Amino acid sequence: MEAKQYIGEGWKHAILIIGAIVVMLPFYMMVSMSLKSQQEIQSISGGLIGAQETQTFPVCVKTGYSEETCTMKPYQYNYWFAFEKAPIPRYLMNGVIVTLSIFIIQVLVALPCAYALAKLRFYGREFVFSMVLFCLLIPVHGIALPLYVMLAQAGLVDTYSALILPWTISVFGIFLMRQFFMTVPDELIDAARMDGMGEYAIVWKVMLPTAIPALLAFAIFSVVAHWNDYFWPRMVITGNRDLFTPPLGIREFRGGIDSDEFGPMMASIVTVTVPLIVAFIIAQKRFIEGITLTGMK
Amino acid sequence: MGTISLKNISKSFGSTQVLNNLNVDINDGEFLTLVGPSGCGKSTLLRIIAGLEQQTSGDVLIDNKNVNRVRASERDLAMVFQSYALYPHLTVRRNLETPLRLRDYNSFERLPLIGNFSPSKKEKTESINQLVNKTSETLKISELLDRKPGQLSGGQRQRVALGRAMVREPVAFLMDEPLSNLDAALRVHMRSELSELHNSLKTTFVYVTHDQAEALTMSSRMAVMIDGNLLQLDTPQEVYDNPSSLSVAQFVGSPKINIFKGTADSGGMVSFLNVNLKRKSSESNTDLHIGIRPEHLEITNESNENTFSGTVAYRENLGSDIFFHVNIEDGSNKIIVRGLPQFTHQISNDSNVNIKRVSDKALLFNQAGMRVQFTNA
Repeated sequence: MEAKQYIGEGWKHAILIIGAIVVMLPFYMMVSMSLKSQQEIQSISGGLIGAQETQTFPVCVKTGYSEETCTMKPYQYNYWFAFEKAPIPRYLMNGVIVTLSIFIIQVLVALPCAYALAKLRFYGREFVFSMVLFCLLIPVHGIALPLYVMLAQAGLVDTYSALILPWTISVFGIFLMRQFFMTVPDELIDAARMDGMGEYAIVWKVMLPTAIPALLAFAIFSVVAHWNDYFWPRMVITGNRDLFTPPLGIREFRGGIDSDEFGPMMASIVTVTVPLIVAFIIAQKRFIEGITLTGMK
Repeated sequence: MGTISLKNISKSFGSTQVLNNLNVDINDGEFLTLVGPSGCGKSTLLRIIAGLEQQTSGDVLIDNKNVNRVRASERDLAMVFQSYALYPHLTVRRNLETPLRLRDYNSFERLPLIGNFSPSKKEKTESINQLVNKTSETLKISELLDRKPGQLSGGQRQRVALGRAMVREPVAFLMDEPLSNLDAALRVHMRSELSELHNSLKTTFVYVTHDQAEALTMSSRMAVMIDGNLLQLDTPQEVYDNPSSLSVAQFVGSPKINIFKGTADSGGMVSFLNVNLKRKSSESNTDLHIGIRPEHLEITNESNENTFSGTVAYRENLGSDIFFHVNIEDGSNKIIVRGLPQFTHQISNDSNVNIKRVSDKALLFNQAGMRVQFTNA
């Protein structure tokens, strides 16, 4: 390679690196603050991990623990106190229950719908599909209130159902899967029919396996959106702390006697974020492997 | 048994008529080819037999039972598709097993995990394995059983697709241009393999192709379809020698049949260019199309009232034969003449040649394109 080319490549990398830094910076702050003591956070000193001096934490003492228990290194304290103060495992479990239920039911609904819209000929199909597109345009917040009223009437406020039910029909999922199914050759479906499969068997045994890459993309959208959702759980979970999802749990660290103690708060945020990042990395690997349709032609 | 009868089948998509009142009786164990140019409705007809498409009117009978209301999965037919349509996520073995699992297991036994508790499942699984092994040995794909379709070559996928159709021992095989995705050499090879397979299975084959060569080489009878109409249904030799109409004559045979403008005089004597056929047509006093196949014309040194001359525009050397594309003198026509290399190798482009016909081989068609017979006088 010529020197000129090196410079050209160098520019590209420089720009990409800057972009990466901008994206990574908040995560750096989060991890860093979850390790440092309150004084270091407020004076913006101590670099990534701070001095890690063993000290007694006043908020901890105020909460009613002995001074001996409250004396430790900042990073230990932050994570220990985060778990002491809020039932984070419970929140995480709620998050898993809610996001997985939503995703599974979304798939159960979207796949047959998308199959029918993409591959079956029936009267009014184009109309139904245009309604799907229309529903894509409706912002969630616009219908939040009527939804809440309906759930309240049904007596479902403060239940898992309230968190899950409104999201079970994903028009985005239907649209995405329909677009993918359009690319699946008709002959494959005809072959399955000749082999003796019914339409439902075709959806689950032929379409689903060929749609894994698209389904993973949809899973990332769906899980990330509902794991991170603060707006809806805040509306329908009014009192029962046992139903808090992770974003609601984080809110526990704001206000109260300890006012804003950032260390434990950031520690809880790290705990809440890590499962998602790990899940994404795993899914991304599968993404690239992908099941391709090379068997067809 | 595997007889299929189509009675007055019509099919239209909206206002477009695709099939026009077709009647076909397919005998048990027959290799019937549906052949025609693309868009003639042959694939639609096959899909109607399969039950993947519903005819607008008419009846489909399989083994003398009306199956108009029977779904594709219950007609006990197997189909081989042009793109093979193997399940891309399953191994070859599972691809072959799939039709058997669906036929043999009941819905409880098909359930994951708990299905294994069914007492009869083990026995059925064994018989499925045996059938898969038998089929894969017949098709010589035993060593491919653990691969996915994506890891196979075109020819191998073709075999697996055949295997998936065979394994169930259906009433009849339906094949929709199964060879058209293969390269030329493999296609010719697979033709003979399919014929052998048909001979050993003795099952009814219904084979759709646009390639008249495939139809001529493999079928016991061929049905020539053009524009949604069934023009002729007969043995390949009969269709080739005795086409019922001009379109059939032009479609079947490669290179194409030569068509001359000719006339029948008041006595019915037929002549074209300067040549008199010295035979009488059953229609007199009319213009006719006279069809002569390239192998029924020869290049000759003679020049008399039975020959006509032209200029070689292009010679197509196939090794075993040389086809001369000749412009006839009056400029009206371009014809193709077959020459044997040992006699004609020295003829080059732009040379003048005399052409004579082999007697008794001309075919007559009237202005409407229908066949006209010679009278025996």
